[in-house]
Amino acid sequence: MRLLTHNMLSSNIKGVTSGFPLRIEVEKMVEKEVELNADFLRNMFAKVEWKALVEASKTLGYTELPDNVEPSMLDSDEFLNRFHHALLELHLEEGALVCPETGRKFPVNKGIPNMLLHEDEV
Amino acid sequence: MKLKQLESLLGSIQQFDHPKIELEQYPTGPHIASRLLYTAENSFGDLSDKVVADFGCGCGTLGLAAGLLGAEHVTGFDIDQESIEIATSNADELDLDIDFVQCDIRNITLSDRHIDTVVMNPPFGTRKKGADMEFLSVALKVASRAVYSLHKTSTRAHIKRTALREYNASSAEVLCELRFDVPQLYKFHKKKEVDVAVDLWRFVPTSNQGKHL
Repeated sequence: MRLLTHNMLSSNIKGVTSGFPLRIEVEKMVEKEVELNADFLRNMFAKVEWKALVEASKTLGYTELPDNVEPSMLDSDEFLNRFHHALLELHLEEGALVCPETGRKFPVNKGIPNMLLHEDEV
Repeated sequence: MKLKQLESLLGSIQQFDHPKIELEQYPTGPHIASRLLYTAENSFGDLSDKVVADFGCGCGTLGLAAGLLGAEHVTGFDIDQESIEIATSNADELDLDIDFVQCDIRNITLSDRHIDTVVMNPPFGTRKKGADMEFLSVALKVASRAVYSLHKTSTRAHIKRTALREYNASSAEVLCELRFDVPQLYKFHKKKEVDVAVDLWRFVPTSNQGKHL
């Protein structure tokens, strides 16, 4: 699972009000190279929850993203490379996504998070 | 990519081994899938360089087609683990890097900013009434650009009304009517093939830019 997918998911347990971002527990991560698309990144920049992306990439061992950003940084190739790598090339392969409010763990196996709820969570 | 080439690639992917009746798991045939996605890309530019979600992705046909037509990122959502496993191997086969999330579409909390386009072949609600409308309701909440979906032609008026009035779509348009060949997958199908008239819809959500999680 890419961090882009992580960035769009929240804990969906009934009654949880602040289910974003899901904390990541990592047992295994992988990197898969994909071609950089600068226009796509410029467009995504306004949509991504930046702080969550920075935290998630740190959890996966990538610490090159700046904490504070502004749109003018999109002119820098170096910044685009880092943003691209964090958003699209880092994958959580084995581990868990953890609800920040309740601590409930959603297991991630073979890169696929299981967000199915138990009966008493719906 | 040419339409014929897309259809042939989609024809080669693996479908359900043991379709589950309660989930209305009908494979989306390569004919319908290729036309749906080809229209999305070539008539509306809704796929290339976009973030696409495939709701109820099953074996992944629609999401994979979106990837083949240049979607920058695709996430497939399905409740059924076996389907996702097949979809994953289909993606590998086509050399596509696609994410999958196992969840129930009806109770997933998704950002309404990240996803440009939702493509889906929802359960038609034949076994469980209204299942397709639940999918459509969620899709129109999260997509910022367009929702492509298949629904039975017999429900056309109801779908249009509900999408516009209750789900806040700014437009709901039938792009074409197709024949959906449902092969005899289940025992309750008496005929060898059940030919269902299906509409291919394009819905445009009311702009939700600026809303937060």
